[in-house]
Amino acid sequence: MSDAPERKHSEVADVDRSLYDFVMPEEGYERYDDGLTPDIVRAISAKKDEPAWMRELRLKALDAFHEMRMASNWGPDVSALDMDHISTYVSPQTKQARNWDDVPDDIKTTFERLGIPEAERESLAGVGAQYDSEIVYHNMREEVAEQGVIYTTIEDALHDPQWEPVVHQYFGTLIPMRDHKFAALHYAVWSGGSFVYVPAGVSLSYPLQSYFRLNASGAGQFEHTLIIVEEGADLHFIEGCSAPKYYEANLHAGAVELFVKDHARLRYSTIENWSKNMFNLNTKRATVGADAKMEWVSGSFGSHVSYLYPTTFLQGARSSCEFTGITFAGATQDLDTGCKVILNGADTTASVDTKSISKDGGVNTFRSSVIIGRRADRARATVSCSSLMLDDISRSDTIPAMDVRNPTASVGHEATIGRISDDTILYLMSRGCSEAEARTMVVNGFANPVSKELPLEYAVEMNNLIKLEMEGAIG
Amino acid sequence: MQDTLLTIDGLSAGTEDKPILHDIHLELGSGQTHVLMGPNGAGKSTLGHVIMGDPSYQVTSGSITFDGADITDLTSDKRSLAGIFLSYQAPVEVPGVPLYSFLRTICQMRPELKTTARKFRERVGQICEQLELSDSFLMRELNVGFSGGEKKKVEMLQLLLLQPKLAILDETDSGLDVDALSIVSRGIEAYRAQCDGTLLVITHNTRILERLDVDRTHVMVRGHLVAEGDASLVGEIDASGFSRFEDELAAKGGVA
Ligand SMILES: Nc1ncnc2c1ncn2[C@@H]1O[C@H](COP(=O)(O)OP(=O)(O)OP(=O)(O)O)[C@@H](O)[C@H]1O
Ligand SMILES: [Mg+2]
Repeated sequence: MSDAPERKHSEVADVDRSLYDFVMPEEGYERYDDGLTPDIVRAISAKKDEPAWMRELRLKALDAFHEMRMASNWGPDVSALDMDHISTYVSPQTKQARNWDDVPDDIKTTFERLGIPEAERESLAGVGAQYDSEIVYHNMREEVAEQGVIYTTIEDALHDPQWEPVVHQYFGTLIPMRDHKFAALHYAVWSGGSFVYVPAGVSLSYPLQSYFRLNASGAGQFEHTLIIVEEGADLHFIEGCSAPKYYEANLHAGAVELFVKDHARLRYSTIENWSKNMFNLNTKRATVGADAKMEWVSGSFGSHVSYLYPTTFLQGARSSCEFTGITFAGATQDLDTGCKVILNGADTTASVDTKSISKDGGVNTFRSSVIIGRRADRARATVSCSSLMLDDISRSDTIPAMDVRNPTASVGHEATIGRISDDTILYLMSRGCSEAEARTMVVNGFANPVSKELPLEYAVEMNNLIKLEMEGAIG
Repeated sequence: MQDTLLTIDGLSAGTEDKPILHDIHLELGSGQTHVLMGPNGAGKSTLGHVIMGDPSYQVTSGSITFDGADITDLTSDKRSLAGIFLSYQAPVEVPGVPLYSFLRTICQMRPELKTTARKFRERVGQICEQLELSDSFLMRELNVGFSGGEKKKVEMLQLLLLQPKLAILDETDSGLDVDALSIVSRGIEAYRAQCDGTLLVITHNTRILERLDVDRTHVMVRGHLVAEGDASLVGEIDASGFSRFEDELAAKGGVA
C-alpha cells in the first residue's frame, strides 16, 4: 500500500458546505411525534383550523398511504427511510411575519446567510420563506398586490372566504392522491408552501420566490405549491431548497400543482440543494392551455435519493413546454430524475434539454417520457440528454420512453455521455488554471446552457455549488 | 551578454512507449527570437509541449531551467504562472466557457495583471482591434466553432494579454490568409516591443520571419537538434529543404 493520500474519492464531509450546512437550535419548537397516525393528521388539521373538506382529504390520504405499497421494482433504494422515525410536523413557535425584523433571530440569520432578504430587495416581486413545517415570512411588493396578484400560503388562502373556494376547486386535482405512496403521504400531512394567483393579463416584471429550509433533524417537509396563471398572464416563480446535513434521514415530499391558462406563460425555476441525508420524493405537475407556455428550469445538487419527474400536460392547441435541467450526483447520491410531457393539443411542442454530472460514485438516472395523444396532430417533441462523467466509479443512465399515438406527430431523442478530455485540462492549465480550476471551468461550461436560463444571482449560486462540489473532488 | 531565460540540458522525452526527443540542448537568451524548423513529425510540437509541461510526455533524462529555476517537475499551470506561454498548433475547444470570462479569469489569477473590470475591458478591446477580431467573438464559447485562423488570433489575444516572458508559437502562422498573417506578425512585434519577450517560433514558412529579428535558427530532425545557425539558415532551408540534415543525422548513426 502506498501512503500517498487518496485524492479521488472524497467524502461529502470534505466539502466546505458552511454556506448551507449550519444548524439552528430546535429548542421550544412544536414537534409532533414520529410516525403517522390519524391523531397526528387530525392535530395538524386542527392546528391549521381548516375547512372540513381538507381534514377529510387528509384522512382519506392517510388511508391511501397505509394501503399503497412502495414501488420496489425500479429506482433508487429507499429502504433506509423509516416513516416511524420521521416527524411529519415541526413548527418554530412564531407567527408568520411580513417584516424580516419580526422573524426570530436564528431563523432570520438562516435566511440572511442564504441571501434571501438581499435578493428580495434587489430583484424579487415577493418572497415566501418556509422553515421546517411553517412559512415564517411572506411578503410581496405593493405594486404587485395592486395588480391583483395573490401570493400567500395555502393555509391563509383557506381562511379567506374569497380564496377558499378557489383552493377547493384546484387543490389536489392535478396530482391525484393515489399517484404514488408519497403523494398520499403528502396530502395527509402537507403543511406550508404557497398559493399564487395571477389575474388575467397581468405580467410580473420580477419573479416571486419561495425558499424552503428544513432545519430539524429526522423530520419531513411537505409543502404544497398551487399556482394559477390566468389567461394571458405571465409569471416567473423561483423555488429554492436547502437543509443542513444530519445523519438521520430527512424526507421531502412536496407537491407542486401549476395551472397555466390560455395564452399565459409560467416559468418555474428550482435550485435544489438538499443535504445528502435527504430523501427527495417530490411531485410537480403542470397543465397548460391553448397558446400557453410552460418553462421549467431546474438545478438539482442535493439529496441522498431523489425521485423527481416534473410532468407537463399540454392540453391546449399550440401550447408548449420547455424543460432545461441539470443534476449533479456526487458520493452517496442516487438521483433518479427526469421529465414527463403529455402532448394532447394539436400543434403542441415540447423540448427537453437536460444535463447530468456524476462524480465520486454518484449515480444519475435520467428518465424521460413523452406521450403524444391521439388528437395531437403535428405535435413535436425533442428530448436531449447529455451526461458528463468525472471518473470511472460513477454512473449515468438514460432511459427514454415514448408513446406516440398520432401519425402526424414527431419525436426525437438524443443522448450523449462524455468525459473531460486530458487535452482540455492541459490547455486550460497551460493558461495558468490549476487542475481543479480547469475541471471546474469545464463543468461550469457544461452546465452553462442551464445556468444561463437562470436569473444572474441564481446562476452565480449554481456556479458556486458546482465549485463546492468540484473542490471536494480534487481535495 | 544577455541573461539566459530558458536552458534545456540533455533532455530526452517521449510517450510511455515511444521516445520522441533525444538529448536536446537549447538556450534562449532573454529577449531573443529563436526559430525552430524541421520536417513534419520531427518533434517540434512535442518539444513545445514538454517545455509547457504536458503530462502526456515523460521526461526520461535532462532538465529544463526557466528564469533560474528548475521547472522539469512543475505542472503546466505553475509554468504558465512563471511566465511560459505556448500558442497551440491546434487550440482546444471548451464548450460553455465564454471567451471573455475565460480571459478575465486567466488574467485575474496573476497578481501582476489584476485590474479593474473597466480597464480590463478596454485592454481586451484594444487588442481585438489590433488583431481585427470582432467583439462578438468575446461572447462566444472558447474556440468552439472558430475557424482555424480565428483560433490562432485568439491564441495571439491571450499572448498579448498575458505578456509572458517566453512565448512558444507553434505554427501560429499556418492556416492564416495573407492579411491575417500580417496582422499576426504585427501582433508578435507588439508582444516583443511591449515586454521584451522571448520567442521560440516553430514554423514551416519564412514569411512570418520577415518581420522578425531572428537571433538563432535550430533544425530538428527525428527528435534531434541537428543544426543551429543565424537567421541565414532559414533561407538555406527554404531553398534546399531538410535532406542535408537528414543525411548528416543518418551518417552520425542517429536513428529515431
Ligand atoms: N501523444 C503522442 N502519442 C503518440 N505519438 C506522438 C504523440 N505526440 C507526438 N507523437 C509522435 O511524435 C512525433 C513528433 O510529433 P510532433 O507533433 O512533435 O511533430 P512536429 O515536428 O510538430 O510535426 P509537424 O510539423 O507536422 O507539426 C510524431 O511521429 C508523432 O506522431
Ligand atoms: Mg507540430
